[in-house]
Amino acid sequence: MAMEAWSRFLDTFFNLDVIERYFPAIMKGVVVTIEIAAAVVVTGTLLGLVLAIVRTFRLIPMNALIVVFVDMFRALPPLVLVLLVYFGLPNIGINLPSFAVLWLVLALVLAAFAEEIFWAGILSIPKGQWEAARSTGLGFLGTLAYVVLPQAIRLTVPPLTNRTIAITKNTALGTVIGVGEILNQATTAQSFSGNATPLMMGAIAYMILFIPVVVFGRLLETRFAWRRV
Amino acid sequence: MTTGTPPILEIRGLRKKFHDVEILRGIDLLVLPQELVFVIGPSGAGKSTLLRCCNRLEEPSAGSVQVGGVDITARSTDINAMRRQIGMVFQSFNLYPHMTALRNVTLALVKVLRKPRAEAERLGMAALDRVGLANKARSYPGELSGGQQQRVAIARALALEPKVMLFDEPTSALDPELVGSVLNVMRELKRGGMTMLVVSHEMRFARDAADRVIFMDHGLIVEEGPPQRIFSTPSEARTRAFIAELGR
Ligand SMILES: Nc1ncnc2c1ncn2[C@@H]1O[C@H](COP(=O)(O)OP(=O)(O)OP(=O)(O)O)[C@@H](O)[C@H]1O
Ligand SMILES: [Mg+2]
Repeated sequence: MAMEAWSRFLDTFFNLDVIERYFPAIMKGVVVTIEIAAAVVVTGTLLGLVLAIVRTFRLIPMNALIVVFVDMFRALPPLVLVLLVYFGLPNIGINLPSFAVLWLVLALVLAAFAEEIFWAGILSIPKGQWEAARSTGLGFLGTLAYVVLPQAIRLTVPPLTNRTIAITKNTALGTVIGVGEILNQATTAQSFSGNATPLMMGAIAYMILFIPVVVFGRLLETRFAWRRV
Repeated sequence: MTTGTPPILEIRGLRKKFHDVEILRGIDLLVLPQELVFVIGPSGAGKSTLLRCCNRLEEPSAGSVQVGGVDITARSTDINAMRRQIGMVFQSFNLYPHMTALRNVTLALVKVLRKPRAEAERLGMAALDRVGLANKARSYPGELSGGQQQRVAIARALALEPKVMLFDEPTSALDPELVGSVLNVMRELKRGGMTMLVVSHEMRFARDAADRVIFMDHGLIVEEGPPQRIFSTPSEARTRAFIAELGR
């Protein structure tokens, strides 16, 4: 009886035939997920950093725009944004491939969170650091670049890593607009095979992808926790 | 002040308001080449504000500040070019914690004076040597004692060869046993001919190193004179009360 249940479990989640048949598809999904995740992380983090730097100039209308953007993208569920952009943009004549929509939305969401994290980091650098650098004749941008940002960015590594992991996992949302990432490949395979094994393969693929990232994040966290004066 | 030497620092009618409250109410002060002028006064007198107006970390509300004959408050003045000629040392050191002592000292040499890295390091090492910390060049601020950090901060200002150095309570964040090392460095600077404007309450140091002592209260210079006179026989009642308080 127990043996029977066990073999049904294996048959449902670890069916060897299914694994063999759909392995290439899942691997294709892995590649797509990695591509989108990498694009999102690079562009989202950079855009967030640029926005935080722009904010240090304290131009009031500009900062108001940044705050509105940041709050909107932090408040809305990413799925809502994905659907809104994917089905909304064609109505105004813009047709983006689903890959681009997913990238755009997630990059903007990451940028919004990253901006807040970088901004908090910049604000947490004591005023004395600015004053010391300025008193040696270093300009505003020089002070920002050599004194403030290197310290601020170290402080932002742990929260930014966590946020980045959380947002890149949202690449799975691509499945609802037909991006051929891991989950999309897995659900397609699942409906063709009538077996849950591809979903399990997808889950394992996510783990293989993300566990190293999580561990790397933890490593960075300890590496960057340097002695403060 | 009867000599014909032009002053290094010339403050005229300096006023500073914060939100309609006047913190400096008309300061006139000349600091001559190689002079060490000491500023004392109760908390809130405006001593830090006075120093910070001298390199425009605070924007003066009225009056002028000239350094080496250049009005730093003038619109046309390149303030960054002036600031490197005005060294500043802070109560809280404000070393860059992510850089070694040497990098702290060479940053402005490289990025402001555009010295090649090798020359900057040579000058940086020379400055660290003057404060007795050449052996700590590779240490990070977090690995140094408060006194050592403050000496690195002095070296950072010194390396730019300023015309005048401003010290805002350079020893008041230090444990008593570390104060001496910083004061010794300042004595050395004085001996080397550095012009200095120092806010501090180290009376013993003032007595043997200062040329003049300024007593400030409520945004005004109440009285000034040689340290012996100010500390022993001040003419103003407010000065007398303050000195008595200090001596306790
Ligand atoms: N940025 C600022 N905004 C508003 N008020 C300020 C500012 N900086 C200084 N003040 C006020 O100006 C007054 C003089 O301050 P300042 O720091 O110059 O005094 P101080 O003589 O250096 O005192 P202490 O001995 O406590 O350092 C204080 O009442 C202070 O609250
Ligand atoms: Mg002060």
